[in-house]
Amino acid sequence: MTDAPTRSELRGRLGDSIARPDGVPKVQGTFAFSGDLSADGFLWGATLRSPYPHARIISIDLSGAWKISGVEAVITATDVPGKSTYGLISHDQPVFAVDVVRFVGEPIAAVAADHPETCRRALAAIVVEYEVLPPLVDPERAIDGSHAPVHPDGNVIRHQRIVRGDQTIQGPVIVEGTYELGMQDQAFLGLEAALALPDSGGDGIELFVATQWLHEDQKQIAACLGFPEDKVRLTLGGVGGAFGAREDISLQVHTCLLALRTGRPVRMAYSREESFLGHVHRHPCTIWMRHHADYDGRILRVEARFVFDGGAYASTSSAVLINGITHAQGPYKCENATVDGWAVRTNNLPCGAMRGFGVVQACFAHEGQMDKLAVAVGSDPVAIRLLNAMETGDRLITGQVIENVAPVARCIRETAALPLPSQPVGGHDLDPLRLPGGSGLTADVSHIRRGIGWGVAIKNLMYSEAFDDYSTARVRLADGVASVKFATAEVGQGFVTIAGQIVRSILGVDEVIIEAIDTTVGSAGSTSASRQTWMSGGAVDGACRLVREQLFQHVGQMHGIDPLRLTIDGRDVVDAEGSLRVSVTDASAGLELDQTFEHHHRPTEDLDEFGQGNCHTAFAFVAHRAVVDVDVELGLVKVVQIATAQDIGRALNPLSVVGQIEGGIAQGLGLAVMEEIIQIDGHVRNASFTDYLLPTFLDMPDVAISLIEEPDPMAPLGAKGVGEPPTISSTPAIVAAIRDAIGRDLTRVPVRPNDICLP
Amino acid sequence: MAESQIYSLHVNGEQREVADAWLGESLLFVLRERLGLMGSKGACEQGECGSCSVLVDGALVCSCLVLAAAAVGQQIVTIEGVAPVGSPSDVQQAFVDAGAVQCGFCTPGLIMAAHSLLERSPAPSEMEIREELSGNICRCTGYGRIIDAVQRVAVARIVVNGRGIDGGIKS
Amino acid sequence: MSVIIPTSLHSALQALADSPEATVLAGGTDLMVELNSGHRQVASVIAVSRVPELCSWSHDAVAGLLNIGAGISYDEIAREPIAQWVPALAQAARTVGSPQIRHAATIGGNLGTCSPAGDGLPVLAALDAMIHLASLTGVRTLSFADFMVGPKRTARLPGELITGVTVPVVRGWQGYSKVGVRNAMVIAVASAALVADSDAGTVRVALGSAGPTILRCPEAEAFAAAHVDFAAGSAADSVVDQFAGLVRTAARPIDDHRSSAAYRRHAVGVLAGRLLRRAFPHG
Repeated sequence: MTDAPTRSELRGRLGDSIARPDGVPKVQGTFAFSGDLSADGFLWGATLRSPYPHARIISIDLSGAWKISGVEAVITATDVPGKSTYGLISHDQPVFAVDVVRFVGEPIAAVAADHPETCRRALAAIVVEYEVLPPLVDPERAIDGSHAPVHPDGNVIRHQRIVRGDQTIQGPVIVEGTYELGMQDQAFLGLEAALALPDSGGDGIELFVATQWLHEDQKQIAACLGFPEDKVRLTLGGVGGAFGAREDISLQVHTCLLALRTGRPVRMAYSREESFLGHVHRHPCTIWMRHHADYDGRILRVEARFVFDGGAYASTSSAVLINGITHAQGPYKCENATVDGWAVRTNNLPCGAMRGFGVVQACFAHEGQMDKLAVAVGSDPVAIRLLNAMETGDRLITGQVIENVAPVARCIRETAALPLPSQPVGGHDLDPLRLPGGSGLTADVSHIRRGIGWGVAIKNLMYSEAFDDYSTARVRLADGVASVKFATAEVGQGFVTIAGQIVRSILGVDEVIIEAIDTTVGSAGSTSASRQTWMSGGAVDGACRLVREQLFQHVGQMHGIDPLRLTIDGRDVVDAEGSLRVSVTDASAGLELDQTFEHHHRPTEDLDEFGQGNCHTAFAFVAHRAVVDVDVELGLVKVVQIATAQDIGRALNPLSVVGQIEGGIAQGLGLAVMEEIIQIDGHVRNASFTDYLLPTFLDMPDVAISLIEEPDPMAPLGAKGVGEPPTISSTPAIVAAIRDAIGRDLTRVPVRPNDICLP
Repeated sequence: MAESQIYSLHVNGEQREVADAWLGESLLFVLRERLGLMGSKGACEQGECGSCSVLVDGALVCSCLVLAAAAVGQQIVTIEGVAPVGSPSDVQQAFVDAGAVQCGFCTPGLIMAAHSLLERSPAPSEMEIREELSGNICRCTGYGRIIDAVQRVAVARIVVNGRGIDGGIKS
Repeated sequence: MSVIIPTSLHSALQALADSPEATVLAGGTDLMVELNSGHRQVASVIAVSRVPELCSWSHDAVAGLLNIGAGISYDEIAREPIAQWVPALAQAARTVGSPQIRHAATIGGNLGTCSPAGDGLPVLAALDAMIHLASLTGVRTLSFADFMVGPKRTARLPGELITGVTVPVVRGWQGYSKVGVRNAMVIAVASAALVADSDAGTVRVALGSAGPTILRCPEAEAFAAAHVDFAAGSAADSVVDQFAGLVRTAARPIDDHRSSAAYRRHAVGVLAGRLLRRAFPHG
């Protein structure tokens, strides 16, 4: 019998707000982001991009670039040895444009040289002759067929209807509106960067890159290089944020091609301007919605028409469309629906994944509708939502039953219970920084009106439409030290922290080594869709349980005890029915336990032609209340407070959860009042941080948070994904608050000053 | 490339020679690519994000907006000069403990700005913190935990010494 | 490319005389943005941040003048002891960029770039600032109105260096307001500076981001001077409204990706009205 150890309690298990393991390197500047990686003898790579949204390429003359001393490679489409196109769903996007360019910024050529300035001069020396063509920029023309196809795959990427229930119901109360969202950019800070190291035989390559899904990148890169996948080895370079913009290939294939062509390491790094052009964006969208309700405000039927502008290439537009239209009813009971959804191709910038993935657009529309409904029946924003609030067992308009925990009413009530701001307009100290306009000193307190607004959302988690987005993890235990290996892209969200917490909780060890994140282990799926805690957490959890089972087998054998009686208590293996207690360290001495586990969620279905089918995996819910101060004459807005209650299942790391909520709200605020990529006839006007405005310290309000923890039995750790919901209903809450302050309707985000103060 | 020059810069207390440089390079580029100090980050190259923040003669500036060759003779302090590797400063540790670090790309610039703020104003109000850090953009955190980190340091410094310690960065 | 770092005004002027096409570099907040983006190439740079004669300021109490060297940063201008002599310029300085930008950006650089959106410029215009220029062959002084001739165009001749600016220390209320879509680090969509001079009995107002140059509003100024009560510190609501209307009429704004002409015209009227009301708080 061993003495019970009197050491401190094991910290860093699930539920603890422990610090992230890469925190100290990040604060000291030693953490290596992909742009910080280098290799001896490397060359810089750079990309030549189209200045036109739509043009035929007549000729490309590379000779001027070759004349510049220091240039080592100049490549175009003819230098792509494998597949000439790539893409996440359809492979419609060329590595380099061949005979036509379809958006401003489309890559045409790339160079490798000894200095970024040499690259710039080389690109400037390439002469491309274009025949400029009229750009297709109006999505309606893509639908009505009045513009010639800008791509062989046609101008409609996907069309899907949802038809459910009684199509003839007319409410005694009817409200309708047309809602518009501009193009938001993910604007992660860590600019695109990669380092490619060619194998000496030129038949393989190693790539360090910041991305969201290593294995999907690997697949596409290998196809374009004409290599078997195991010859393309990817390691995750430190990622400076993603938010969906790294799901698609950007510089990966170009960097590899230059490295293979020169036989030398190649580094590529985008400037901010290039980054704006070089990755996909959130879809601009126009949504018409009409709600039919009874005199109490109960929804009888929803009609809607969604048009998502997918830009020049398909990316994930078809999936974004499905997410958008299947969430058209919002977190509300609704039995009858008529929805028409389009994702179309234009010569605008390509669009794809951004945090929220189609549901941001749907939510802006359905929340605007709910407020209109409240007014029409003489109710208020909270009461109308509580009246219609979805519950577990209700159905989506796709027919799918919501089996998850669905505490919609609780989200609303707990948000309402959070105190309103204690300070009046301008604050007790009358600090001008608290007013709209801030240090611009544009307003006095008397010019300001305060408004309150609401937004509530439902968001699907994980991938949909029969996609098996599984995740893999490998856990090893030897001599009391655990190490875990996964390909899960850590983009800042803190999976590396949670992984350690899972291991500590299940195996009772203090020390957990997070191994290099690369393609030498199975796929973890994408860091998106609020899925990694559930899926990769599930994989780590599964691998740990297998290791623990193995450990218990061993201990059981050593001590003649049925392994089923064994359990982990703190740092020890304990016999629940006897007196055996041995530390995990001792129990695993001399052993090398090694298990790999794939976590799959339950299968989902395709939608039929009426949009019916169990196409989603799981759902989470959230409510937001916004308080804003508005300078009505100048149209300037200051968001004073956001209160939120979010359905998170279980807080595995409360501090991390708060970080995701506050960060997501900041992005929702950005879309509400300041963020938009402005395109005029396909040309981008504001590809810089000077004119694409992100919220600063002086723009972000206080955030009051209530975490709703009703563990979801469907989730492997009881925890739902938390990343997307904060950015979904925060936007409509802010816009609703502005409407409340000014007494005017607003139908578009981002709201501009002249929308508020001019006719 | 053909045009290259040699000059020297005073960085983190040391004289460092810069060789093979093109004179149009920013201080950010030189720190990272010539002197191996990768801690300062470039996210906009316009002075609009603060990720590249360093101290030049004690003043917090964006290193992307400093012409490196014109910084000869000035005292430059980067994130690497704040504290020895493995022994984070109180500001750095507070960021870690308060959950103020997610992807970490803005973090070195923010550490510089936070140190600079606390040196100028040891007991800053919340609005003062917001204004003094408003030149640093973070896309991940929404700023709440960062403000908390700075406030924790301000309180801790007063508690330790009763009147504020000199937590400044020595150049 | 060459970089010269003169350490005296004379050597700076000599360098400029030797290569009149050289680009003068002060704080770098404009030039480096262009260099970094590759949108501009320069052959030679004269960095003037070490020229001591440019980095000093003085208050002449007898003449009632404040002399600010071209190399003084906006951070210094935003704070005491400079701020007390020219509060409107200090307010404008506080809105320039970010703390990082303010530490590097200089009033001389702001004048050299001379963008209609330059934050300090409407205040200089409203104060009838005098801009000092020097070359090897001599010195001269221009009023701000004569100095700024177009958007990002000045009357500075090749070989000339901006050495400083002189503004009067005015008895009376003065202030600056700037409209931006977010609350920090924003280029002015519209701005206005107003200086009420109790001794001279004048009201001067200048607009930023509302025309090809910083615009004074002579009709509005004359109207205000005739209808406000300096002694009582009062102006009737109708006077404030009419003043705002005259300012709106004087604006010559354009549409661009940041805002519309209609909004800018509307905004400068609102700003001007509010500034006048602050200068003359009583109805």
